[in-house]
Amino acid sequence: MKSTIIKLDNVWKTYKMGDIEVHALQGLSLEVKAGEFLAIQGASGSGKSTAMNMIGCLDIPTKGRVYLESQDISRLSESNLAQIRGKKIGFIFQQFNLVNTLSAMENILLPMIFQNISREERENKAKELLNIVELGDRMDHKPTELSGGQQQRVAIARSLSNDPDVILADEPTGNLDSKTGENVMHFLQKMHKEKKTTIVMVTHDAHLAKFAQRIVQLKDGKLIRGRK
Amino acid sequence: MLKDYFMFSIKNLAKRKLRSWLTMIGIFIGIAAVVSLIGLGEGLRIAVTSQFNFLGSDVLSVQASGLNLAGPPGTAVATPLTDDLKDKILKINGVDAAINRYIESGTLEFNDRQTIGMAMSIPEGSERKILEDMLNLKAEQGRLLKDGDNKKVLLGNSFKEDDIFGKGIKPNDRVLINDISFEVIGILEKKGSFLFDSAIAVNEQTMLNLIREADDTDVNVIGVKVKNVDNIDNVKENIEKLMRKERNVKKGEEDFVVESPQNLLATLNSTLFAVQLFIYIIASISIVVGGIGIMNTMYTAVLERTKEIGIMKAIGAKNSVIFFLFSVESGFLGMVGGIIGIIFGLLLAYGLAFIGQITLGSDLIQAHITSGLIIGALLFSFILGIISGIVPAYQASKMQPVEALSFIK
Repeated sequence: MKSTIIKLDNVWKTYKMGDIEVHALQGLSLEVKAGEFLAIQGASGSGKSTAMNMIGCLDIPTKGRVYLESQDISRLSESNLAQIRGKKIGFIFQQFNLVNTLSAMENILLPMIFQNISREERENKAKELLNIVELGDRMDHKPTELSGGQQQRVAIARSLSNDPDVILADEPTGNLDSKTGENVMHFLQKMHKEKKTTIVMVTHDAHLAKFAQRIVQLKDGKLIRGRK
Repeated sequence: MLKDYFMFSIKNLAKRKLRSWLTMIGIFIGIAAVVSLIGLGEGLRIAVTSQFNFLGSDVLSVQASGLNLAGPPGTAVATPLTDDLKDKILKINGVDAAINRYIESGTLEFNDRQTIGMAMSIPEGSERKILEDMLNLKAEQGRLLKDGDNKKVLLGNSFKEDDIFGKGIKPNDRVLINDISFEVIGILEKKGSFLFDSAIAVNEQTMLNLIREADDTDVNVIGVKVKNVDNIDNVKENIEKLMRKERNVKKGEEDFVVESPQNLLATLNSTLFAVQLFIYIIASISIVVGGIGIMNTMYTAVLERTKEIGIMKAIGAKNSVIFFLFSVESGFLGMVGGIIGIIFGLLLAYGLAFIGQITLGSDLIQAHITSGLIIGALLFSFILGIISGIVPAYQASKMQPVEALSFIK
């Protein structure tokens, strides 16, 4: 039995929109095992993005607990959360979210700079990652000079730069055509297989979810299918 | 790591070149104004001060005033000083010596070229030594005047240069004063005061008999030496009292001035200070406006880069890192603006001083810019940049990553 790396325990997230309270998550409980490739599938408004924010330490729950490697992160300050994100989590976003002023190489270096990794080490690591995502010849290109698929591969490389415990992918192919999207998915599978990285992918697309080992479905902030 | 953050900030500024330059113009105008105006003001102050520093602090000068036309001090006044005043001043308690000084403008000719200068008298007998001490007269070449030196002249240091007559004057040369031939007996030491360094000194008898019109016995200035410097204000008041009685004027309506050079210097300094203060205020306003410009630019930058801030936070940037990145950026805007401002300020100050010296031919306009002023201006502009950026940078650091990430431009 593999160890649990992430655990959501009866998590509620409530947003105030004027006078109305919106419950994005309503008592969500979920466990992610180390080395697992999990897809969280749900329609728009199902709370899947909020769930990803919780897992990714980007936000803290209104009620309930979130554990990352048995550490309770649900009450930590923003700076502590930032530190955890930088060390343990790699993000892949739908809009790639690369820093446009920096080259592909520098984008991959950035998380390592935030972790005070030495120049030599981080540059070797960035080059290695660029080669893995087959962009070794594009390292000095700015994001705007790369295609969508290439940008997402840079983002994948960036997400791996600090050897995270978990990679969170939020609709990673949402801005790509289906062929490029599939290519990106194959890269994710390759990471999962070769590096034994835990991957949690959030998507509305049932077809995409099939790339994962396990699928859970979310509706109205609750799990409706799949074991927690 | 710090180096990486600096590089990152510079990249961001470079990406928005036009905006960065426009922001820096706001700072650089202010700093250029401060550097050039302070430099010129300080130069003026030094020039003015140096005109006075050859006089001792135990000296008072008495002059008639009232009608002030251009000309030697104490001339063209309604009621000139009479030559018997000196003895009455001598009787005042605390007065060590009182000397009548005659000053007359005239022509000085040498090497077939002519200039207009001011001849001053040096008294004879025991008073000679007193005046020589009072003015700290020393000969650099030749000797000082002595009793019986008729048709002999002692010249200020600037006459030894070639630029006045095309050829420097040396002792034993002959010059014409008001078309009368004089022998140059000595050249005075340089004092750094143009009044003093262009002096034409002759014995009192020579002055009265040869340079002045025969019936003119008006005294231009009475030089008074006090026994004790601490009493100088007291002596000054007593001389003023005497003068009011002699000249039959009421207090507040004086047609004369009793002044110590130090006094005059203090008055001048306070006037100069008022002018400088005014300049500082104008320059400060311009710098504050520049600072607001930086703040505005940084607010825009924070807003524009909300998403980028979100990304950086998501990949592990702590609040302090975000704060630092934006502070460095605004600090850079301030400092680069400051550096350009200092360069322009230096060019402006030395340029104006150069133009002033050419057009006015006076050493009064000079720039005096110290390294302290430069370092101070540099530090100030950097700190100003950082201060202006504090609020925007804080705002950036406090952004919630989820909200920042969902920001759409």
